Amino acid sequence: MTAALSGCEEPAVVSSSRGRASSVQGRADGPLRAQCEVLAYQRIGNYHSLTFVAPEMAERARPGQFVSVAVKGEGTLLRRPFSIYAVSRHGPWAGTIEIVFDVVGPGTRYLSKLAKHSSVDIVGPLGRSFPMPQQAVDCLLVGGGYGAAPLLFLAQRLQQSSLRVNIVLGAATQNRLFNIIEAKRLSASSAFTTEDGSFGIHGRVTDVLERMLAGGTVGVIYACGPMPMLAAVTAIAREHRVAVQVAVEEAMACGVGVCMTCVLPVRRDRRTANLRACVEGPVFNGKTILWERLGRQSDDEVASGEEATAQGWA
Amino acid sequence: MTAVESSPRAPHRLRHDQVDTRVNLSADPSQPLQLANPIVTASGCFGSGRELQRFFDIANLGAVVVKSLTVEPRDGLPTPRMAETASGMLNAIGLQNPGIEAWVATELPWLHGLGVPVIVSIAGKTVAEYRELAEHLRDQPGVVAIEANISCPNVEDRNVVFACRQDATRKAIQQVTSVSTVPVFAKLTPDVTDIVAIAKAAVAGGASGVSLVNTLLGMAIDAEFRRPKLAAVTGGLSGPAIKPVALRAVHQVHQALPDLPIIGMGGVRSVTDVVEFLLAGANAVAVGTATFANPMVTLELTQGLSRWCAERGIATAAELRGALDW
Repeated sequence: MTAALSGCEEPAVVSSSRGRASSVQGRADGPLRAQCEVLAYQRIGNYHSLTFVAPEMAERARPGQFVSVAVKGEGTLLRRPFSIYAVSRHGPWAGTIEIVFDVVGPGTRYLSKLAKHSSVDIVGPLGRSFPMPQQAVDCLLVGGGYGAAPLLFLAQRLQQSSLRVNIVLGAATQNRLFNIIEAKRLSASSAFTTEDGSFGIHGRVTDVLERMLAGGTVGVIYACGPMPMLAAVTAIAREHRVAVQVAVEEAMACGVGVCMTCVLPVRRDRRTANLRACVEGPVFNGKTILWERLGRQSDDEVASGEEATAQGWA
Repeated sequence: MTAVESSPRAPHRLRHDQVDTRVNLSADPSQPLQLANPIVTASGCFGSGRELQRFFDIANLGAVVVKSLTVEPRDGLPTPRMAETASGMLNAIGLQNPGIEAWVATELPWLHGLGVPVIVSIAGKTVAEYRELAEHLRDQPGVVAIEANISCPNVEDRNVVFACRQDATRKAIQQVTSVSTVPVFAKLTPDVTDIVAIAKAAVAGGASGVSLVNTLLGMAIDAEFRRPKLAAVTGGLSGPAIKPVALRAVHQVHQALPDLPIIGMGGVRSVTDVVEFLLAGANAVAVGTATFANPMVTLELTQGLSRWCAERGIATAAELRGALDW
């Protein structure tokens, strides 16, 4: 049994040494639940970002993992999952976690109106993170819409490991491309695509992948975005015999592995199983997912993902 | 505390550790089934405990009721399996589980090792399967009771919902009780005209108690796409939206069968919800969907209940059972 932050008779309460004292529940090495102060809200292009004070979570968070946030909407019940966009562990104030979202329902509307310094109930970090390359290979990061968010967190870590990072971001239109400046800053080479040609290359991310893979130095592709995009990227990775790790989105009720709603068919140990995106994922080896057997994507906000637009990947 | 000041009962406050939270889930004095507290998990909302054990020590709970097990391993239904609705949610998982044999080999010893009482939920496709499932659980250490899930709404054929018919209820429960070495609880659906008649049929089949209630069969539609939100079209409704229905079912069955032990559930998320179910006649209270919204909620309720009792001078949680003033 793992050691608790404090005894299990009462939920563990840890006082943060910097910033406002926060109540944290959980164990020394698992996911945590905390009441977190909102430090900042900002617009990033068409998207919204929230930064929370969450030192203990920031310490544990790895790229590809997510947090689930309690929301107060009219009759809403469930948390909303968001992949982690950025963490600061050694900020001047306290460790923080930043998430990015699009307003698609009552829960995200609530989050977009949160006042600075208000308190939010957060559980995390949750899920399997992107595995880091075992060898010195070039990395190609492919993001659709704000699926770019966890990839930019990953890019930072890859750069810290002195690996060459190339980034391709795509979206339906210019204002749905997420944080072009950050993508340029964190990469050795970058490309941007829009389906309406309003920015960068007119087309889809897959249209430029061939060129980015041509040099033969890319050893691994990391992708996050709509499911059909992830399927297409995986197909190209397979053709080029390059490893591919994808972060998927599935509607989830609990985010911690008990409700069994966020499953997808994955081949593992020579058999197919419905694995949970929240604990066995959200990052999977793309080549093990049975893309042709995926269920329909939920239109609900609880999926909280970048929608595949009608003209796009749907 | 305002809640206490407005209470009609004059409190003689206790310390929370002076409250005896133990409850007994057995009507048979020769075979008591005592739990340390009345908070248990609702089947299908807690897995087998491993995931929540990462957050807190689940041995603090009265019992863990595990996700329903079937004879064969099951992959479950296609996605989307879930839709959030007003103050509730629909699910159509389709009993995804590793099968009882694998579960007994791996999960049960782990749970037993934690020292938490285990109530095993079983779901058969046929009457014979209930017997087979119960046989796997004979004399298994750690198992304190079986919950026969005869009311899962997510089956292809509504005729398989045993708990919609008295004769089917009696026959399915009979198969379990004929081989079980532990008390058997029949999990019933509120989607019937007369739940008391079904509860009596379960008792006729040898049930030691009933679990009230399973989810209600429901549906959600996406108006823009003109399609059902769930791949399986219909699913089970849970959450605060169903609490009044669940309380009604517990109350009705308790009034008709006052000695019958009841595990009450449906939309429980606060300490007062727990107390309401106890007052309606539940011996123990299961927490389901609330765990999805807050993984710590079951632990918080065990602690909150003793505080609630202490503030009101209530020395034993068991005295709340069926103690409605009306």
